[in-house]
Amino acid sequence: MQNDIVLSMRNISKSFPGVRALQNVDFTLRRGEIHALMGENGAGKSTLIKVLTGVYPKDSGQVFLNTDGSLREINVKSPYEAQNLGISTVYQEITLCPNLTIAENMFIGRGSYQTVNWRTMKKRAAEILEKLNIPARATQQLDTCSIAVQQMVAIARAVDMDCKVLILDEPTSSLDEQEVEKLFSLMRDLKSRGVGIIFITHFLEQVYQVCDKITVLRNGELVGEYEIKDLPRVQLISKMMGKDLEDVSALQKRKPVGEETDEIPVYEATGLSSLECSNAFDFKIRKGEVNGFTGLLGSGRSESVRAIFAADRITGGKIKINGKEVKIKKPKDAMKHGIGYLPEDRKRDGIVEDLSVRENIILALQVMKGFFRPFSRAEAEAFADEYIKLLGIKTASMDTPIKSLSGGNQQKVILARWLLTNPQYLILDEPTRGIDVGTKVEIQKLVLKLAEEGVSITFISSEIEEMLRTCSRLIVMRDRKIVGELKGEEMTQDNIMHTIAGEAV
Amino acid sequence: MGSLIKKFTRSQLAIPLFALFLLVIFNLIRDPSFFSIDIATNNDGNAVLSGNLISILNGASAIAILSIGMTLITSSCKGQDISVAAMAAIAGSVFVSVLRSNEITIPVLLLAFLFGCVVAVLFSLFNGILVAVFKIQPMIATLILFSAGRSIAYWINGGATPTISSPLITAIGGFIPGIPIPTPIIIMVVFLILISLLLRFTNLGLYTQVVGINEGTAHLNGISPVWIKLIAFIISGVCVATAGCITVCRIGLINHETLLLDAEMDVILSVAIGGNALSGGKFNLYGSVIGAYIIQALTVTLYAMKVPSAAVKAYKAIVIIVIVVFSSPVAKDFVVRMYKKLFKKQAEKEVQAKAA
Repeated sequence: MQNDIVLSMRNISKSFPGVRALQNVDFTLRRGEIHALMGENGAGKSTLIKVLTGVYPKDSGQVFLNTDGSLREINVKSPYEAQNLGISTVYQEITLCPNLTIAENMFIGRGSYQTVNWRTMKKRAAEILEKLNIPARATQQLDTCSIAVQQMVAIARAVDMDCKVLILDEPTSSLDEQEVEKLFSLMRDLKSRGVGIIFITHFLEQVYQVCDKITVLRNGELVGEYEIKDLPRVQLISKMMGKDLEDVSALQKRKPVGEETDEIPVYEATGLSSLECSNAFDFKIRKGEVNGFTGLLGSGRSESVRAIFAADRITGGKIKINGKEVKIKKPKDAMKHGIGYLPEDRKRDGIVEDLSVRENIILALQVMKGFFRPFSRAEAEAFADEYIKLLGIKTASMDTPIKSLSGGNQQKVILARWLLTNPQYLILDEPTRGIDVGTKVEIQKLVLKLAEEGVSITFISSEIEEMLRTCSRLIVMRDRKIVGELKGEEMTQDNIMHTIAGEAV
Repeated sequence: MGSLIKKFTRSQLAIPLFALFLLVIFNLIRDPSFFSIDIATNNDGNAVLSGNLISILNGASAIAILSIGMTLITSSCKGQDISVAAMAAIAGSVFVSVLRSNEITIPVLLLAFLFGCVVAVLFSLFNGILVAVFKIQPMIATLILFSAGRSIAYWINGGATPTISSPLITAIGGFIPGIPIPTPIIIMVVFLILISLLLRFTNLGLYTQVVGINEGTAHLNGISPVWIKLIAFIISGVCVATAGCITVCRIGLINHETLLLDAEMDVILSVAIGGNALSGGKFNLYGSVIGAYIIQALTVTLYAMKVPSAAVKAYKAIVIIVIVVFSSPVAKDFVVRMYKKLFKKQAEKEVQAKAA
């Protein structure tokens, strides 16, 4: 059915210096369809979307959009133009203005440059918020909302713009399950109204929950387009990775829990509290143990591990490293005692955008070595080279600015930065967020391998399955308090849910 | 060839160097003897070098030194210090007041400079604390000393504009007997070498850029943004004192009203012409220094062309617009695209020729 097609992309190619991001990729979207675009890091999903929305000019190929019942070729030069044509995007990283109100954010860059009627704007924004059940006020400044709410505002903004094609690039990576469900019902609602939705996500579950079709990309090339019912999960993964995935099942078996022993913990905190984490807590981790903090978004799991690393100002508590009492008042103290911390928000706290991959990799070790003892160029290059190979970081060269790498590769660079410091205790806060299945598995494998080598690891992930696979002990949090601890046989999805919900197990 | 041009257009120093090159070519066409260097005998009977090139290098010393501190502040604080010239007046006044209360000998001279340095660093730290600790926008924080600085300088010497004269002062502001190169040029070179060594043997460059690009990351990797910013202001303080003292020695008196008047804008401009983003982050010190020389070369060229001094600023502005526009990413992309187009057409022609 020709006129069912909303959008058709043919033979799209795009290269960046040193990288062929897209090679003759086709993509078709029909009316009232939720179409998943799947692929590993650097497979070209984001590039395809950016070509479609005019962020990047394409090198070759054609894009057709259904206008009044017939397909016409379009040549989008800017996101603004795309928006006017009815192609709206919600990107992985929130691209709104944090210091404006929600209402302003919803209407900014739309329509005319003429006068703004603030009152109607606010009223209209309030209506949208209510319709979509978003718990925020229209006059609230955006950065006072949680990331989840900010994300929903971005979606609301796109939805409100009468779009034919709605692109959701990792919209759910910072939403908790309830919010995801809310988003899905919204997506189904839009679908029934004939909107074509392109959905990019790394959560396989979610793909099977809402999508109708899947297009798989690998290394910038089209693997194929499939009906959701024709493509079971395992096949999808193998299509994305280009190999059969025994690795995933191999991972299912996690390390058995050791019994409580008299062994001195690598790290032990009593009554630790910080500005952001005011409820003092006790915590310890043994050598080679992998444990995790779990809980809903905003339950205080990130704040707790930040306190361990002294990322926020410490307000109390005693800390023992290998049984010896030490003072950890700032991140540098923690680093000196062999603690590494991969932050939750890669863009804000992890990468140094304009600096090269090399400088990003050596940063932490360089700081530990000291202000007056810089690494020579050769030393730095040797380190960078080693870890680029070790972690399989895809980059044109080690001098490439980190901002031009894909999200997963950026994460690997940050991981390399901490591995280089040879930590005895590594805290990984959402290391697999916004990362494809292949890299996720790689990172999980790496975690287990490090643990075998004797590194203690605290692992935080929004995906409970991932936590169950890697951790041997789970600390459950609710409302900024530790409400339970699960280990061994107790660690089941059900038990975790019950503990989070505060019911007796 | 293509990659070479690409590399050149990508390099931060491309535009400033190209601008400097154009200025040189322009002057050589206009007057082939423009850059000739003569040996002349000055009032003190020394054989010294003179000529336009020397006066460009000499005249730009103060701005070039100031631009080094400004670059570090710009990179780490994402803003500029507009009080440098006023602080230079303060440092100059302190320098003169120490000199005048003693007989001028080399130790006294060094002591006076040291006093000037300490005072300038303290004032600069005042700015630094406002910016780094209280997180006030740099332009607002430094506006305080921008307005108050020259008044403070006025009080230091009781409102007078005393002169100082001594062979030692002329040696610093002019020539050291026996050395034909003006001393400010030598001081500038020494200063640049010291700063290069500092960047080479410490992590100042890396830390400053990390703080300027992403403070969150800096903090979580054990770098204290506050300290790095304060260090930038301390170094800038030393630059300010040096520039102030050189200028005092050159003119032989301190005039708190006119010493390095409006220099802060030239300094900021040097940083910008050098290809450094005024919004902070990545920086190249040498770019800023080249920027200072471009500005001075331009001024000297205009004077040589007999442009009335009142009109010089307008001409300067035109040239600066051109440089700044050409170094913008938009213009760079355009150049690369045009080059690609030309290159493609040529390649196609060759293919056609072969086919034929």
